[in-house]
Amino acid sequence: MRGHLRVLENEAIHVFREVAAQFERPVLLFSGGKDSAVLVWLARKALHPAPVPFPLLHIDTGHNFPETIEFRDRFAADMGLELIVRSVQDTIDRGRVREEAGPEASRNALQTVTLLDAIRELSVDAALGGARRDEEKTRAKERFFSHRDRFGQWDPRKQRPELWNLYNGRMNRREHFRVFPLSNWTETDVWEYVRLEQVPLPPLYFAHEREVVERDGVILAWTPFIELGEGEEVRRERVRFRTIGDATCTGALRSVATSVEAIIAEVEGARVTERRGRADDRRSEAAMEDRKRGGYF
Amino acid sequence: MVAARSDGDMGLLRFTTAGGVDDGKSTLIGRLLYDTKSVFADQLEEVRSASRRLGETATNLALLTDGLRAEREQKITIDVAYRYFATRRRKFIIADTPGHVQYTRNMVTGASTAELAVVLIDARRGVLTQSKRHAFIASLLGIPHLIVAVNKMDLVDYSEEVYDRVRSDFARFARKLTVKDITYLPISALHGDNVVAWSRRMPWYRGGALLHRLETVSLGGRRNQIDFRFPVQHVFRPDEGFRGYAGSVASGRVAPGDEIVVLPSGQTTRVRAIHTPNGRMAAARPGDAVVLTTDDEIDISRGDMIVRRRNIPVVTNRFEAYLCWMGEEAMQPRRQYHLLHTTHWVRAVVERIEYRVDVNTLRREPTAVIELNDIGRVEITATRPLFFDSYRVNSATGSFVLVDPHTNVTVAAGMIRGRVRRLSAPRRRARPAVRRKSERVVWEGTNIPREEREERIGHKAFVLWFTGMSAAGKSTVARGVERALFERGVRTMLLDGDHLRHGLTGDLGFSDRDRTENIRRVGEVARLFFEQGSAVLCTFVSPFRDDRDRVRALFPADRFFEVHVYAPLDVLRARDPKGLYRLEASGELELPGSRSAYEVPERPELELDTSAVSPGEAVEEVLDAIGFLIT
Repeated sequence: MRGHLRVLENEAIHVFREVAAQFERPVLLFSGGKDSAVLVWLARKALHPAPVPFPLLHIDTGHNFPETIEFRDRFAADMGLELIVRSVQDTIDRGRVREEAGPEASRNALQTVTLLDAIRELSVDAALGGARRDEEKTRAKERFFSHRDRFGQWDPRKQRPELWNLYNGRMNRREHFRVFPLSNWTETDVWEYVRLEQVPLPPLYFAHEREVVERDGVILAWTPFIELGEGEEVRRERVRFRTIGDATCTGALRSVATSVEAIIAEVEGARVTERRGRADDRRSEAAMEDRKRGGYF
Repeated sequence: MVAARSDGDMGLLRFTTAGGVDDGKSTLIGRLLYDTKSVFADQLEEVRSASRRLGETATNLALLTDGLRAEREQKITIDVAYRYFATRRRKFIIADTPGHVQYTRNMVTGASTAELAVVLIDARRGVLTQSKRHAFIASLLGIPHLIVAVNKMDLVDYSEEVYDRVRSDFARFARKLTVKDITYLPISALHGDNVVAWSRRMPWYRGGALLHRLETVSLGGRRNQIDFRFPVQHVFRPDEGFRGYAGSVASGRVAPGDEIVVLPSGQTTRVRAIHTPNGRMAAARPGDAVVLTTDDEIDISRGDMIVRRRNIPVVTNRFEAYLCWMGEEAMQPRRQYHLLHTTHWVRAVVERIEYRVDVNTLRREPTAVIELNDIGRVEITATRPLFFDSYRVNSATGSFVLVDPHTNVTVAAGMIRGRVRRLSAPRRRARPAVRRKSERVVWEGTNIPREEREERIGHKAFVLWFTGMSAAGKSTVARGVERALFERGVRTMLLDGDHLRHGLTGDLGFSDRDRTENIRRVGEVARLFFEQGSAVLCTFVSPFRDDRDRVRALFPADRFFEVHVYAPLDVLRARDPKGLYRLEASGELELPGSRSAYEVPERPELELDTSAVSPGEAVEEVLDAIGFLIT
């Protein structure tokens, strides 16, 4: 019997090929994180020996870690893929959204508008993302081919049934799909695959020393984008990130894991979910569901 | 115990859980996740706080799995949710499906990819109709292994007698099912008895715990290992030197050197190599996503199927199937749906409903409609042949979905039984053409047979007969189709009512008798062009079924396509390009179909609602239907 990583890889490749065949203008949403790096890796394998026919799209909050941006540019170039960047700052400058204020301000929610604008601008009919069903309860009900109406919205009660490996990519004009080839992967699977295939990742995932601020039990990197609240102080700690998103809301964890091997051991022993460190998910119990309905990643 | 392999790669089992509202299904899943340490501290804390808010005394493990807000509020599960956990032996994906009456749809969805189903039965209530329903669906969807978990044993004092009774009741019912491997287990999801570890509280039970069964059941039982089927997903042509066919092996195996046939063209060649992203492969097995190259360059495109020379699937466009209806709107007989089978999109019509299965009693009942959550046996006609095996033999090539052409929503899951076996299936071959012929003439057949002409021209001859009321859009569509065919090098001729009435039929009026004679002459003219190798497009109101059927009888069955072009009457009146409806309204003219009868075709090959599709789309549909004759 085939090992689970090859089963998951085959499944993801099948989905990629369906996207290449059923859609005209797909993009691959690329954040510079591990899931999107694995996604690009799989896209290349799925279409090999043909080149990947769709570009990468990065929605830049402007609050990224410099390491993420550097990795993003190098990885796209190494993989020989076109990289399109659309920035939240532009969306703010054009008056499409207003920036949050205060110490907890985050641009995370604003990304949705930038993303939907980019989808319209580029006439995207399928946006491939690295979301996984194990990340969060609402995502447990996502489809591989997730339909979005012409306003980019997700209606969990009207999701299309998805059976066998038959993926229905039919839609009306101006609607689009989000496609999640890694739906059935877990955090451990992603790391095991990174180890197996030696997928390059940004250094942020591995333990390093940096200045951090602890807020509500979440360790945030000290960056120019966050304001210090009362009683908060900047400390130097040895940390790594389990997920990489907007620097204002991505939590780090204390770690000494400097290799993929050590990280896998750490993930298997972890007692909290990876999104625990995401301040954005903690705003309310149904925070993710609300954002997804609105067109979030 | 088998330790995980050093590279961390191990088997993957997909299973589904089904149970009624109170059978404790969510609790069981919560228990499996919790006891295998797949629940994280923050998730548990969230569930604890939610339990308190909902006024529950103990932590409700079921809340671990209820993801959407509406579900938490109503304490029900409304959609299939996927859960993940792993032990040292295996990875697991659970398709957690709600068990309410109205959610057969979800159970079918969850069961479509599962290799094992856990059916939960409340020990106090015994085998209920819903338990039977779950088992029936598991069986219908071809799940090879079934585990019947008799839950809430704590509430019946862990009684062996109660367990035995439930077990024998279920076994009696299960004789009607096709699942061969059924295992029974007494458990308490709430207390964890026999879930992860064997329970001392039921010393009389000698089998292993549920998890042990999940860890050891054999994998791969869903896949047909024998019949090689390779639906082509995509053709890769990165450069002139390489032409490869990408796809996932649906079933069977293939190796370089194997003789293969490509459907529908029937061309044969050999596999040259099997490329994978990880290098070349000596043989491809079910589930492998590969790229095949062949010895000879032949024309293959998405939707084609590559099979082995001496092992070919059924090729036909008429078949019988079970449908599980999933759309909010009931099935519309005669309506065209999109049908997705492997990587092949076609159009299809449900010709006949044989019966509906009452999922509670498993009785067959006659019905005129199939609605949400119904399971029915039907007869389907597709616009193009499918290459399939029966679902029982090969779920990968026996499954399909139907998609509503307007909303694009997936409205049904289908499982093919086989080709239509009724002998009749009579497409009314009109009264064998009582053709009038002049005296003392003998038909000797054409000098050069049509087949030879077709060979020379490079495509098949056929007739597209566009029928429908005035202003329905017949000419617009037909002209578009003719132009598209012409561009592709097809020899065409368009016969149009108005044109012919300027000459050949200029002596005829609009009485019923003259209309009949008009259509008769047109049919004969079409036949001459057909025999000469052309694609003949005829646009005539042709209101009478008998007239059309007489024309149909002049041509081979697979070369005549009746295309019914229609739109609602108010749309026709609004269009009225020739002002005929206005004349009719003022009493100056009688139009067929509004006042005098237009007889709607019973079984046209194609139906086009021009109020719902654009002319371009309509043209595409027609081309779709006849595509196999011109490529």
